[in-house]
Amino acid sequence: MTAAASDGAAPAATGQPGRSASSGRLLRIAVPAAMMVLLVAAWQAYCTLYEVPHYILPSPLRVAQAMWTDWPILGAALIVTLKITFAALLLALVGGVALAVLMVQSRWFELALFPYAVVLQVTPIVAIAPLIIIYAPTTQQALLICAWIVAFFPVLSNTMQGLKSTDHNLLNLFELYGASRWQTLLYLKLPNALPYFLAGLRIAGGLALIAAVVAEFAAGSAGAGSGLAFRLLESQFRLNIPRLFAALILLSLTGVVIFAATSAVSHLLLRRWHESALKREN
Amino acid sequence: MDPQRASIPAGAEAGSGRPIIRLRNVSKTFSSGTVALSGLSLDVAPGSFVSLLGPSGCGKSTALRIIAGLGDPTSGTVEWPTSKHDSSGRPEREISFVFQEPTLMPWATVFRNVWLPLRLKGISKAEASGRVMEALDLVGLAKFAGAYPRELSGGMKMRVSIARALVTRPKVLLMDEPFAALDEITRFKLNNDLLHLWETYGWTVVFVTHSVFESVYLSDRIVVMAARPGRVFEDMAIDAPYPRGDAFRTSAGYAEHCRRVSASLHAAIMSSTAGLDDHL
Ligand SMILES: Nc1ncnc2c1ncn2[C@@H]1O[C@H](COP(=O)(O)OP(=O)(O)OP(=O)(O)O)[C@@H](O)[C@H]1O
Ligand SMILES: [Mg+2]
Repeated sequence: MTAAASDGAAPAATGQPGRSASSGRLLRIAVPAAMMVLLVAAWQAYCTLYEVPHYILPSPLRVAQAMWTDWPILGAALIVTLKITFAALLLALVGGVALAVLMVQSRWFELALFPYAVVLQVTPIVAIAPLIIIYAPTTQQALLICAWIVAFFPVLSNTMQGLKSTDHNLLNLFELYGASRWQTLLYLKLPNALPYFLAGLRIAGGLALIAAVVAEFAAGSAGAGSGLAFRLLESQFRLNIPRLFAALILLSLTGVVIFAATSAVSHLLLRRWHESALKREN
Repeated sequence: MDPQRASIPAGAEAGSGRPIIRLRNVSKTFSSGTVALSGLSLDVAPGSFVSLLGPSGCGKSTALRIIAGLGDPTSGTVEWPTSKHDSSGRPEREISFVFQEPTLMPWATVFRNVWLPLRLKGISKAEASGRVMEALDLVGLAKFAGAYPRELSGGMKMRVSIARALVTRPKVLLMDEPFAALDEITRFKLNNDLLHLWETYGWTVVFVTHSVFESVYLSDRIVVMAARPGRVFEDMAIDAPYPRGDAFRTSAGYAEHCRRVSASLHAAIMSSTAGLDDHL
């Protein structure tokens, strides 16, 4: 709490309207940033003071150095991983929403398909990955399929839940005014499902990345098309721990960016009307 | 599906003209076992203003929904003798419904909520704009066209819902306690506006209310209902002439009607098998 007072941002502004809102935002950025600086400094100090060998725990400086010198390899791997993650996420969105609409519109579809969606979801992806790698034409496609299988379920089940939880009185109203099935879907059920869908999207974003990494571990592919996960394993085999850390940092940064992006999309779409995105004003 | 339909053309009553809505022995039992309505019969004459008055839980909302065709009665029939029927045998009725709750789409602005019935008929935003604003004007909310429902008070939401019902200029208006959440001044104003519209356009209104005073002021006929099971207790005509205004509200005739209807409502509550204790 005292961080804001000691950062000397605008001591004269105390008491001005709007100050609490902007200082709240400052705190949200300043506190985690200060925390990170502290942690990195402690890590660096520990490595220097105790002369920890870099193949056990590299210092932050060494990790930064590895990031810089190995960037041609790591950058290419990052692109590969990003491509798989985002392609899987996109396909999961399209497939998840389309299947959800189909299943909610037709009971037959739901009865026929939903159990298999659940089976796909509950079977651990590491266990199916080897099979998929055998059947898929290329490793990239195998990774994509794995990431898709994991990412699409939260989109599917959340969107279905949203489509089904439409207010009965509003459904009555639409029936009363002679709305077609299509109109009811477009103007009522889909907007109603939007917050649920967006919650699913946020889960799916993180899962797509995890699945892309797990599948690559299982595939163990080498060469030009390898993603971050393979580089991570490779660094471990070669005891190139600074590069391992660099790859790890890239992976978690990717995860953070995906989470921030999906949260931002969700906020933008819901900010005018949904309780989850509104400030409480009493 | 409907065995009674074949007899509709011959169903005209001698004397008074054919009713626009005819309920015959309508009963409704919910799957929970609650008997909401039992043997309800009601003819609504075209152009009349009928109020359903009764204690909470006596089945007023259920009756109104059944009239609107939302949910079939367990037994009995609902007929629209004067309406044309489409190829599948459904009556082509031009009705609007004001639900007991505002029932607005939270993701849509006030304008878009009121536009909805027209939009479902394929009328574009530009075409509908004049009528939507006119309806909003009528309920005094033209300034709030761009607001979202959660930015409105409970009474304002209800007025949006009324505007949405008026925007289609329906022949039959079904209203379920539309003014219950409003302050007295607004309620009186909307009472007068509704009466004015009703006289101007010759609508048929079925109006559900808790309030003896409101029902007497508005209606030419009050159907007092009793609970457990829901049924018609007494059917009373209010023969005061229209147009009615604030002078009517303070007249001796109004007070006399209110006394009569109050007594009937009280008797209806007492007649319920469980009596007053259960109602309260
Ligand atoms: N969907 C439902 N399922 C089961 N029972 C219901 C349902 N809707 C209403 N009921 C029951 O039917 C009875 C009549 O309900 P209804 O809503 O028609 O009463 P009402 O006269 O409109 O009351 P109020 O004046 O409080 O609105 C009540 O006893 C209620 O418990
Ligand atoms: Mg009711």
